[in-house]
Amino acid sequence: MRVRKLIARRIALMIFVLWGIITITFIVARVIPADPIGSILGPQAPPELVEKLRKEWGLDKPLYQQYFDYIINVLHGDFGKSIKTNRPVLEDLKQFFPATIELATFSLIIAVLIGVPLGILSALKKDSAIDYLSRMFALTGVSTPVFWLGLVLLYLFYYKIQIFPEPGRLSVGVQPPDPITGMILLDSLLRGKFDVFLDALKHIILPSIVLGFYNSAYIMRITRASVLEVISQEYVRMAIAKGLRRRKVILKHVFRNAMIPIVTVIGITYGSLLEGAVLTETIFAWPGLGRYATQAFLSLDYNAVVGATFLIALVYSLVNLVVDVLYIYIDPRTRGALEG
Amino acid sequence: MKTKEEISMLIKNEKLIELWRHPNGKIGIIISVVLVLMAVFAPLISPYDPNYPDTANRLAPPSTKHLFGTDQLGRDILSRIIWGSRISLSIAFLAVFVTSVIGLVVGLVSGYYGGKIDILLMRITDIFMAFPRLVLALAFASALGPGIYNVIIAISIVYWSFYARLIRGVVLQIRNELYIQAAKAVGASDLRIMFRHILPMVTAPLLVQATLDIGGTILLASGLGFLGIGVQPPTPEWGVMVSEGRRFITHEWWVSTFPGLFILIATLGFNLLGDALRDVLDVKLKR
Repeated sequence: MRVRKLIARRIALMIFVLWGIITITFIVARVIPADPIGSILGPQAPPELVEKLRKEWGLDKPLYQQYFDYIINVLHGDFGKSIKTNRPVLEDLKQFFPATIELATFSLIIAVLIGVPLGILSALKKDSAIDYLSRMFALTGVSTPVFWLGLVLLYLFYYKIQIFPEPGRLSVGVQPPDPITGMILLDSLLRGKFDVFLDALKHIILPSIVLGFYNSAYIMRITRASVLEVISQEYVRMAIAKGLRRRKVILKHVFRNAMIPIVTVIGITYGSLLEGAVLTETIFAWPGLGRYATQAFLSLDYNAVVGATFLIALVYSLVNLVVDVLYIYIDPRTRGALEG
Repeated sequence: MKTKEEISMLIKNEKLIELWRHPNGKIGIIISVVLVLMAVFAPLISPYDPNYPDTANRLAPPSTKHLFGTDQLGRDILSRIIWGSRISLSIAFLAVFVTSVIGLVVGLVSGYYGGKIDILLMRITDIFMAFPRLVLALAFASALGPGIYNVIIAISIVYWSFYARLIRGVVLQIRNELYIQAAKAVGASDLRIMFRHILPMVTAPLLVQATLDIGGTILLASGLGFLGIGVQPPTPEWGVMVSEGRRFITHEWWVSTFPGLFILIATLGFNLLGDALRDVLDVKLKR
């Protein structure tokens, strides 16, 4: 029962946070810009057009009225039309979102492949040269501007030694499979088109390395800390004292217990991958949410800005919610802490 | 007999020595000190005027005359990087200072008073933490418009909530310690307790977080500059420079590569320093 109550509380918090997200996006789109219409159309815009748009957006109404209308629209999934694509923002989001999910998931795999082994190695060889080098490597990852690393890798591996293809999701001329999920890797497998799958795989590797490297640092650090903590526990020392082989102790006693925080960190990382996607997608011409959001920010396409920001924040908080709930289930010790 | 000041000086020096002995700490100290010196003495050490267009020498490759080459307008890239360190460092230091102050006040009040004020303040931080940092910074920076000060405001809006959480956590841990109770018992005011007794306890985690975030904000600000939402050209901001060189990456690789390398080195320097500080001061941070 206690668990259920905790989860209910966490979900209630989520609803409050959603309201907060809506309010902040409202402030960004409607309150801060002195003249949203003017900044989009420019100073030479014909007054009739400005007036028409003002009406269409409801900017002629008082601010509180705009705010309530805005909340109701967002709750209906109605973000209005994008000025740039001239389509409902929701349609755009549906189209661009799967590409981002695909990229983020693949990057997560790479981040885990880098972060977990390095963290374990670092912990087992604490304070050795290996430890410092691994930490340095992970810190370099988190310090590297992803937009720059993307450019450098493209220059090296696409222009110079052509082992990876051009930016984008597929090579020119390759037809994407009919969408089922919108994720090309998955769809091409489901449709049995292995040549398309291979082409898509080649395209996703470079951007995923860029994004995964950046996000591996945090996974590495938590893995290291977690393994270190378990190693110093009584039962591990006991196992070694009993004469069990070190290898066996590490595999059986250390890793199993060290995995709990690592799993939750992997969840949190997923959220931060969405953020890195904004910059990575711009470099790799990846038609995802990040690139859509950036273009919206640059062209002051406020409806699109709100839609994209809202969706990213929504997914980010949902992932955090799932992680928190998982945590409550996996590790009973946290229950007391969360209640306090 | 040593005075109180002398003893505290001694402890600080010990920590400094320990930091210098820490392999990553040493590299971090060297990088950050060199960067700060570079920013301070930019007019003296930069070989050219960062904005002078040498039109006869456009997109010149690295040479002894132009160590990092020139850009599309014939401006010396090394000089622009040196002047750019002023921009990046001032954004980072100012933004981290502003966020520390806001976070400190909110965290102290929230943790010390608890109750309804605490609940209210923490729910507000929940909302701000619900956004990925870059996305929130992008949203505010684009709404506020271009310019260095707007970038600082946007970054501060993003980061303060993390500090508030951090400080509150520390305050909650020590709020019921005996020496705080004792101070209360002898009639010390709330302000006095917060500043004389609690503040010294939060400086170590605050220092670690701030150092790490100087790295983080350099990266974030350059990302905004790269996307064209932060600092605008012709300001020699590193992210803007990477963005300007993007068109030439196939042949004139140096235009983007060197400014980006400096973003990496600067961010890494402060991250190494923060990481080492965490070891030396024995601070445990959640993130």
